[in-house]
Amino acid sequence: MQIQPVLAALRRHRLATLLIAMEIALACAVLCNACFLVVQRWKLIQTNSGVDESSLAVLTVNGFEPNQVTDLNARMLNGLRALPGMQSVSLINQVPFGPQVGAAGISLDQGSFTNTIGVVDFVLAGPGTFQALGLKLVEGSLPSADDYLLATNLAPPDARVLVSRALADHAWPGQSPLGKEFWCDKLHFRVIGVVDHLARAHPHDWGAQSVEWTVFTPAQPGGSLAGTYLLRASPDELPRVLRAARDAVPKIAPDVVLDQENSQTIDDLRTDYFKSDRIMIDLLIGVIVTMLGVTALGIVGLASFWVQQRRRQIGIRRAIGATRGDILRYFQTENFLIVTFGIVLGMALAYALNLLLMTHYELPRLPLYYLPIGALVLWGLGQLAVLGPALRAAAVPPVVATRSV
Amino acid sequence: MFAYYLDLALRSLKRNKVLTSLMILALALGIGATITTLTVLRLLSGDPLPQKSAQLFYPQVDPNAKDGYIAGQTKPDSIMTYPDAMNLLHAHRGTHQAAMALTQAKVMPKQANARPFFSDAVMTTSDFFAMFDAPFQYGGGWTAADDDGRAQLVVIAGFLNDKLFAGANSVGRMIRIDDHDMRISGVLKPWAPQPRFYAQDLGGRSYGDGDAVFLPLQTARAMEMGPQDTECYAAVPDIRHLETAPCEWLGVWVELHGDEAVAGYRTFLDGYVKQQVALGRFQRSETSLLDLMGWLRQEQVVPDDVRLQAGLAFGFLLICVVNTVGLLLAKCLRRSPEIGVRRALGATRREIFTQFMVEAGIVGLAGGVLGLLFAELGLLGIRHQPAQYASLAHLDASMFLFTFVVALVASLVAGILPAWRACVLAPAPQLKAA
Repeated sequence: MQIQPVLAALRRHRLATLLIAMEIALACAVLCNACFLVVQRWKLIQTNSGVDESSLAVLTVNGFEPNQVTDLNARMLNGLRALPGMQSVSLINQVPFGPQVGAAGISLDQGSFTNTIGVVDFVLAGPGTFQALGLKLVEGSLPSADDYLLATNLAPPDARVLVSRALADHAWPGQSPLGKEFWCDKLHFRVIGVVDHLARAHPHDWGAQSVEWTVFTPAQPGGSLAGTYLLRASPDELPRVLRAARDAVPKIAPDVVLDQENSQTIDDLRTDYFKSDRIMIDLLIGVIVTMLGVTALGIVGLASFWVQQRRRQIGIRRAIGATRGDILRYFQTENFLIVTFGIVLGMALAYALNLLLMTHYELPRLPLYYLPIGALVLWGLGQLAVLGPALRAAAVPPVVATRSV
Repeated sequence: MFAYYLDLALRSLKRNKVLTSLMILALALGIGATITTLTVLRLLSGDPLPQKSAQLFYPQVDPNAKDGYIAGQTKPDSIMTYPDAMNLLHAHRGTHQAAMALTQAKVMPKQANARPFFSDAVMTTSDFFAMFDAPFQYGGGWTAADDDGRAQLVVIAGFLNDKLFAGANSVGRMIRIDDHDMRISGVLKPWAPQPRFYAQDLGGRSYGDGDAVFLPLQTARAMEMGPQDTECYAAVPDIRHLETAPCEWLGVWVELHGDEAVAGYRTFLDGYVKQQVALGRFQRSETSLLDLMGWLRQEQVVPDDVRLQAGLAFGFLLICVVNTVGLLLAKCLRRSPEIGVRRALGATRREIFTQFMVEAGIVGLAGGVLGLLFAELGLLGIRHQPAQYASLAHLDASMFLFTFVVALVASLVAGILPAWRACVLAPAPQLKAA
């Protein structure tokens, strides 16, 4: 196939060529960036919480006085454990995707303002919570019974804790975290073990690298550890068990208020937490698909027009020996050239759009491999769109050459 | 003549129904997406108190330590300590002034076997209602003397009154809040400014329902009700005594009329901070006094996602317009012979141009009507989102008109190029070819 005659013909249709190229360029810019946004959101949604989400639910009650907590905890634990199907009930201050309770800045020195590590979530947990969550210990040892101390504040004043591997790697890179110490204002902590994964309550509020900056802090029921209960049941029984637990609260503790919104399965909390991201993904995909559709429509429209305009020329070419394949390939090549031109423009535009997005939103740079993928998609789209008109062109009989239009 | 062009345009559009309808559909999709996102954007970046916003100001000071302070660059903190808020309030430099913090109130209904529930509450001072133009259904607010006397008074929202007292005039009746009996002094008419400007940075949501319970600040604190958000800037001896702790938890608003009053308040605020620096309480002397809309802009209340969606919709509309240009061009070039004949029979270039612009306008209007439908669908979808502002997403009259403006402008812009190409066409070659 010779490109020369195609180019010569295009030069006579500069305006239409430019329009299609521009449409392709815009489509390329939006396509690359929208796909990038979809992938970013998708990665967010895939966050590993590190806990057995499908077997866990949380039940939260409010509206009790500090002097009632011991009695309340005892009544709630006993009452809820008696429910059929309940595998375990234990105390926790926060769960992944639930309300954030224990976020605070920590440092390697006393008085959290120098040598800071960052803001972490303190997951205050009563006896049995580690097993209920299904956490995996990768280093060190589990807290012994003596390690569960009373916390009246964020954490016990001098606690032996487990940290997530992500936090250990951040705070003590290249060293074993076991035995290391850190401080949160006047509270002192010593690391006795490392868990594989444990996400914070709001994984994405603190930046991508700190999703799992968590400190698993054993604490005795009472003090600040009250009112939030971790329920475990087999996944298929969990919704029923949770319903029974919610219904049982007025009987177990008549004076407290059940926090409806924060008494849910972890799965439901997760869905809620990521709902806006899911909607954004759907929306972006919707825009991508319609945009590609509209672009294809534009190509079909102009290509059909060209075919109709050139019927006579096609007839002549056929009459002097061009095969149907030649005509088909002519239009395909023409489209390929226009789309290529558009893609070259579009890559620059995609890059510029990404820069714009980076200044207004916290978004990383567009990885370069999105550009060739976008180009392939648009070449494919162009070829598909032009196929119909090109086939119609190939079907033009040579006899047209002898007729006047 | 216009009627003739209209007729010509309709005939031309009817000739190729598939192409015409696809063209309208593409334009309508772009317009629908743009109008949907713009409606939400306008809703979210709107003025919560249009009649008053220019007179409401938000003073800010900075009690933080010297560490990390860069003179002239460091922004003062967004909320205030109790002593600073009270000092500003008691100075009475504005027409009205109030301090406020958000909290949760545990409401115990009187009805037998009713369960207690938590409601959004505001602890504030007496000027709150007059300053923010909060309208009363029954009764009124409390006085400055009630503030100081820790009166057990409360103002409740209409929806809470409906729930507890079936909408009757409940002024003077008692309501049990956080295990204290409080007397109702007033019931508000529905009042929910969007965005909830006074809740910014106090730990509340930015949009959505209004608050249910309003109580005097000192009364609420005496009942040990705590603020939703507390920011401490030094070691705290006892978090329960927030009034003396080095913690910020209050927002202060002042109402000022006229530039002179604003300039006067600025001078007063700077003077106050200098005095605090001299006393050794403050290390930083930066202050800020933004008006309501300026404060909302600085707070960036509009979620990023919403702005991103609006940008995306505009990009999409742009693609749709380019597409319409291409299709209209193809359509009008196809009719070159017809144009040649019209020109030869005496039509001027201007007439040909007008004819094709009318055709583009018709496409635009049809796109606008269909786009309106898409926008309504889009807003219906948004109302089913879990966002705080979901229930507020409605198309109002101005956006309704704006849809057609966008549609016409988009289609006429798209039509210029094809119409120009059509009108500069030389008639002779076209006649010859035909």
